[in-house]
Amino acid sequence: MFKVIACRMIVPNMHLLTLVAPAVAREARPGQFVILRAEEEGERIPLSLADWDAQSGTITVVFMAIGSTTARLASLTAGVSIPTVVGPLGNASEIENFGTVACLCGCYGMGSIYPIARALKEKGNRVITVMEARSSYLFYWEERLAAVSDRVIHITRDGTKGYRGHVGRLPEIMRALDEPINRFILNGCTFFMKRASDETRPSGIKTMASLNPIMIDGTGMCGVCRVTVGATTRFACVHGPDFDAHQVDWEELLQRRKTYMPEEIVPLRTSACEDHHVASQEGKP
Amino acid sequence: MTEPVKKQYDLNRREMPKQLPEVRRYNFNEVALGYTAETAIEEAKRCIQCKKPLCISNCPVEIDIPGFVKCIAEGDFLGGIRILKDKNCLPAICGRVCPQEEQCEKTCVFHKKGGQIAVGRLERFLADWEAQQCEPEMPEMLPNSGRKVAIVGGGPAGLTVAGDLIKLGHKVTVFEALHRMGGVLIYGIPEFRLPKVIVTREVEYLRKLGVELITDFVVGKTRTIDSILGEYDAVFVGSGAGLPWFMEIPGENLNGVYSANEYLTRLNLMKGYLFPKYHTPVKSHRKVVTVGGGNVAMDCARSALRLGAESRIVYRRSREELPARLEEVENAEEEGVIFDFLTLPLRYIGDESGWVRAIECQKMALGEPDSSGRRRPVPIEGAIVTFPVDAVVCAIGNSPNPLIGATTPGLTIGKKGNIEADEKTGTTSREKIWAGGDVVTGAATVILAMGAGRFAARSIHEYLSRPQAEVSQNSGA
Repeated sequence: MFKVIACRMIVPNMHLLTLVAPAVAREARPGQFVILRAEEEGERIPLSLADWDAQSGTITVVFMAIGSTTARLASLTAGVSIPTVVGPLGNASEIENFGTVACLCGCYGMGSIYPIARALKEKGNRVITVMEARSSYLFYWEERLAAVSDRVIHITRDGTKGYRGHVGRLPEIMRALDEPINRFILNGCTFFMKRASDETRPSGIKTMASLNPIMIDGTGMCGVCRVTVGATTRFACVHGPDFDAHQVDWEELLQRRKTYMPEEIVPLRTSACEDHHVASQEGKP
Repeated sequence: MTEPVKKQYDLNRREMPKQLPEVRRYNFNEVALGYTAETAIEEAKRCIQCKKPLCISNCPVEIDIPGFVKCIAEGDFLGGIRILKDKNCLPAICGRVCPQEEQCEKTCVFHKKGGQIAVGRLERFLADWEAQQCEPEMPEMLPNSGRKVAIVGGGPAGLTVAGDLIKLGHKVTVFEALHRMGGVLIYGIPEFRLPKVIVTREVEYLRKLGVELITDFVVGKTRTIDSILGEYDAVFVGSGAGLPWFMEIPGENLNGVYSANEYLTRLNLMKGYLFPKYHTPVKSHRKVVTVGGGNVAMDCARSALRLGAESRIVYRRSREELPARLEEVENAEEEGVIFDFLTLPLRYIGDESGWVRAIECQKMALGEPDSSGRRRPVPIEGAIVTFPVDAVVCAIGNSPNPLIGATTPGLTIGKKGNIEADEKTGTTSREKIWAGGDVVTGAATVILAMGAGRFAARSIHEYLSRPQAEVSQNSGA
């Protein structure tokens, strides 16, 4: 069992969960992920590591409450335990001195890109972090990211902070920066990464994306996480999760991620109803 | 002296009751119901106790088969279970999933006349009888040797090594990547063929013997073998064949195309057939095609049927060549699985939202025998058939999981991604590392994995029993 140290909503619908998982914390590298199960009957879901501390044996993930499992994770409280935290899984991100690296992030990616930006900075890269959100109140970890970045640029849909629009404005942002970028790194929801990848493609600059398909075991056994990269099928869990974004078949990934969309919220709804019914039958409030 | 009367042998193999096909195709409960004590005794009494029994030599774990059969015949079930457990720590499982027809029962002297002793059913009977008693009897244990062995993978090979070594006095830890012990017994083989409560019972028995069981631990990721060897005297790798093959034909990444591993894991390990009580979603498909002809394909097709689909098996050879156990093929046929033999998938056709909608296949004919001795299927020109589907399960096999090989320097890996290990001892290219089961042989059977585990355990024990000076001192102790 893995004990919850902290679980809180950091911005609307975005949750931060810190757990005791010493074996994972000891081996974790930037870009890796864990698989969690919120309860005995629960499903296994992958979440990128946003931080860890080998000394205290804790790990931190950031996720959006969207389906039944993430909703259950979001409702955890400090002191309770969950049955499964396994990892660190996947390959670590490639961390070299590339020169100048632009880290593009949105959604849960503002959390998961943090250890990558930190490692890149430690390697001597100039790090430019570009954060995208619908509105300024949805940014989090800005100070942390600023601490490991040479520049931080914001994009908001409503223009409440930084550039107005979405990641489609990347080319003009890069022009305004007026400095050569040696590599792009993308972390965030699939659509964000697809759009960002489309924007960096014409430049021909190497762009790595951390893919987020559905997974079950996370060790290459089930094959549900297969993605087409170039002309070949790869398993995101063992061959990735980082791939050359310009080679990824994004349409396929978007479609495969939608496989269980109708079912994702069923356990949430059903069990809430059932719990209510059972309680009322037993005469409890 | 009178002429010896030619003895009349009872060649009537006692049937084991099963759930009726029209009932069982709608539930996930176990198909076979097991012998009653009376039937078991009747069946056991047929055994003529050969002086030189051929059944034992054909058992991968060398069980004293006539010994336990004799006990059953005499009604001494406790004596029988002792003999069984002396060589096999997982009898309830082997009694169900071993291919006895290819092993012990094949070499039975009654085999030619079709009256071979039903060894598997008797084994299963004894194990189930024991489970109904209050407490399983504890075996004799040797005193603590002070040696520690780590086992990678909680499947049949690893659990066998664990059971053998703990009895020999060694401290044993099993590391399992998934959240439950059992490997393929838990994630792969369906409830209707091997109830999970049985696997849990066998695993609990090992826990009672003192085996330390650690789940959610991916050796090679959470910790490398070399790091583990800093704390343990020996490591056994039984990480299985957990990398699914696909056919590499167009449309394979459409939604609704599953590997057998994914399909079965959702249902078995994650209990998706009880969705939404268990939260892992499983789709309600109407028409499911399973590609392949092995036991795993039968498991998938029969699971699809139980979830309410029209279930079809597409296999490129004929019924004769099906690698699955005949019993499983017959069960599938009785339940209503449709078989399309001599049919090879060419491509999957999807709709605009990325879901598989049809499977296009090439009809085949049998040609000359190939390297496997089976007649090679050759395409019949122009004979293309298309089936409408909303799901496809690809059950064409698995390779060994590459994780251990990739993270253990000096461990020799074969061409097929398998760890190279000695067949009789399980020793590998690295000292202190043994391997066995599917990770060495590629996908095979539960009992062969257990057999490999038995040999490796023997070799590990020999190694650990050498004088202290010869075995490198373990720093952690």
